[in-house]
Amino acid sequence: MSREDVAQFTIQSVQILEEDETVDEEGIPDLTDDELLELYAEMKRSRRLDERAVALQRRGELGTYAPAIGQEAAQVGSAFAMAEDDWIVPSFREQPALLVRDTPPHKILWYAMGMEEGAEIPGGEGALPPAIPIGTQPLHAVGVGWGEALQGRPNVAVTYFGDGATSQGDVYEALNFAGVYDAQTVFVCQNNRYAISTRLEDQTGAETLAQKAIAAGIEGIQVDGNDVLGVYAVTQEAIEKARNGEPVLIEALTYRRSMHTTSDDPSVYRESKEEAGWKARDPIVRYQVFLEERGLLDEETKAAIDDRIESELSEAIEKAKEGEKNLDQADMFRHVYDDPLTELERQRETFTGGTDD
Amino acid sequence: MTERLRMIEAVRETLRSELERDDDVVVYGEDIGRAGGVFRATEGLMEAHPNRVFDTPAAEAGIVGVGVGLAATGLRPVPEIQFQSFLYQGFHQLVQHVARMRSRTRGTITCPMTIRTPYGGGIHALELHSESFEAGFAHIPGLQVVFPSSPAETKGLLTSAIRDPDPVVFMEPTRLYRSFREEVPDEHEISLGEARVVADGDDITAVAWGSMLRETLDAVEGVDASVEVIDPRTLYPLDAETIVESVKKTGRCVVVHEAPKSGGMAGEIIARINERAFFYLEAPIERVTGYDVPVPFFAREDAYVPDIERITAGIHRALNSG
Repeated sequence: MSREDVAQFTIQSVQILEEDETVDEEGIPDLTDDELLELYAEMKRSRRLDERAVALQRRGELGTYAPAIGQEAAQVGSAFAMAEDDWIVPSFREQPALLVRDTPPHKILWYAMGMEEGAEIPGGEGALPPAIPIGTQPLHAVGVGWGEALQGRPNVAVTYFGDGATSQGDVYEALNFAGVYDAQTVFVCQNNRYAISTRLEDQTGAETLAQKAIAAGIEGIQVDGNDVLGVYAVTQEAIEKARNGEPVLIEALTYRRSMHTTSDDPSVYRESKEEAGWKARDPIVRYQVFLEERGLLDEETKAAIDDRIESELSEAIEKAKEGEKNLDQADMFRHVYDDPLTELERQRETFTGGTDD
Repeated sequence: MTERLRMIEAVRETLRSELERDDDVVVYGEDIGRAGGVFRATEGLMEAHPNRVFDTPAAEAGIVGVGVGLAATGLRPVPEIQFQSFLYQGFHQLVQHVARMRSRTRGTITCPMTIRTPYGGGIHALELHSESFEAGFAHIPGLQVVFPSSPAETKGLLTSAIRDPDPVVFMEPTRLYRSFREEVPDEHEISLGEARVVADGDDITAVAWGSMLRETLDAVEGVDASVEVIDPRTLYPLDAETIVESVKKTGRCVVVHEAPKSGGMAGEIIARINERAFFYLEAPIERVTGYDVPVPFFAREDAYVPDIERITAGIHRALNSG
């Protein structure tokens, strides 16, 4: 019986700003000082939105909410690499990326208040609404990336999902379709180590999640997801490849520092020591020290950023509550079909008239 | 201009003319390109439109899910799911995304996708190639469920489905694909949601769609009564008005379908009649349906699918009681 190697693969991992603040100077992306500061401000913005949203939920003013605390670098870094007309195809924990893509925070709150208004896509372009069923949206991103290519447009779709999603058949189908059709799609898998309570080692026997790309014939690469510069650089490269019809799967190694959602209690399934370890590796702290050491961030600038964020979020919360007050319940009958159906009109009239048939 | 076509040819001609008419139409599915489809419904289309007709990997969730994204970019996906029971692998995409996209984004993202799929028994195919799950699809708000029952109807309904701004599950009866020819007009649209009165009658109303319409018409020929035959054409939205008005006139009704009885669409149709024409009824409404068993392998298929004899018996029961 003769055997020979017919294919060999490797997975590379990228790092620019390390945990101990060591910096690969060569690798620092070509960003202006303002842009470098913006990465910081965007991470802080999402962190504060999450903190305030959780507080609102605890007061009963918001429904279930999924904080992205700890994952800011993985999302801000990647979303920051997108061009204006690229598409974001998110899951439900994508506040950092959505904020970078100009989703107003009050809409994120509306979604968590149970209002479809929070899933509206102005102009119907550039984004799909958050997908709740795990791992279903990467297929949509392939459709978008393929559809843009078919119409001769350069726009790329960037989709976000987690480690748990990689167990779904849909995610494999998405990677595989992307490979077949050269879809203009980038897959950002945030490996945050937990799918609710399920640890990565109970999720897969695979050594990396990036290698899931290999079976689909597309490129897979790993990056330290808590290194915002590394994530930016890797995503920028991936987006350029995708624009040329080479889809890429990025595995961003990170940690969900907070709960799965406000309905979850992580103390049931993980040690506080583990959480403390990841607190020390927080992406915002790491990047803050980097900026401070370069003289790009002082106390005054930090305070100004914080003030700006607090006032933006206070306004957003007011706006969200105002919208909630004015909710039109009969609106559920609109938008089901383009042309209102006779039967639905009948049901709407029954509803608004307060009588049953 | 008209042409005498079989249903399968009507499907092909409609796809061809819609691909020619609208550059946004994209046709794709398993084996639909190079092979022209397992039933040959898409034969020649890939040669004519190599950039808009595609073979896909064998993955139904992928086929349906990718359509959501294609539609978001402004295209009109017209995928084929090789057999209706394989759509179960894409069912979650259909329910969770295709059907809800317009409503959950308040009309800002839509999904004008037409999923064509052959359904039903009658061709002695393998296990799980003969399903008739229309009640499942019709239960999903946001979808439209359309059934052609002849070549001309296929052209009119499929044209409308593809041009429609909302998603459609288009159920093609495999047993009618090659069973007869009919004059099919070149340009032909039939509004979705409008039933067709196929035969006028005064004594009883028979409601049937897809392949069962043919069986019902054949059964009616042997019945010594004036039977009004109605083809709803779309099961959602359902044109209850036409059915109700007919029953008000006849006072009797039989509903025929291939799917199992319990939870089948006949129950919904009868409920609509009860809501709006109960006092016009002269007899209990009859159902002639598949049995509440998994669709059997083809050696027992003929025993499962309603035939002329069972439909005739159902009509007689409704005529003779009350």
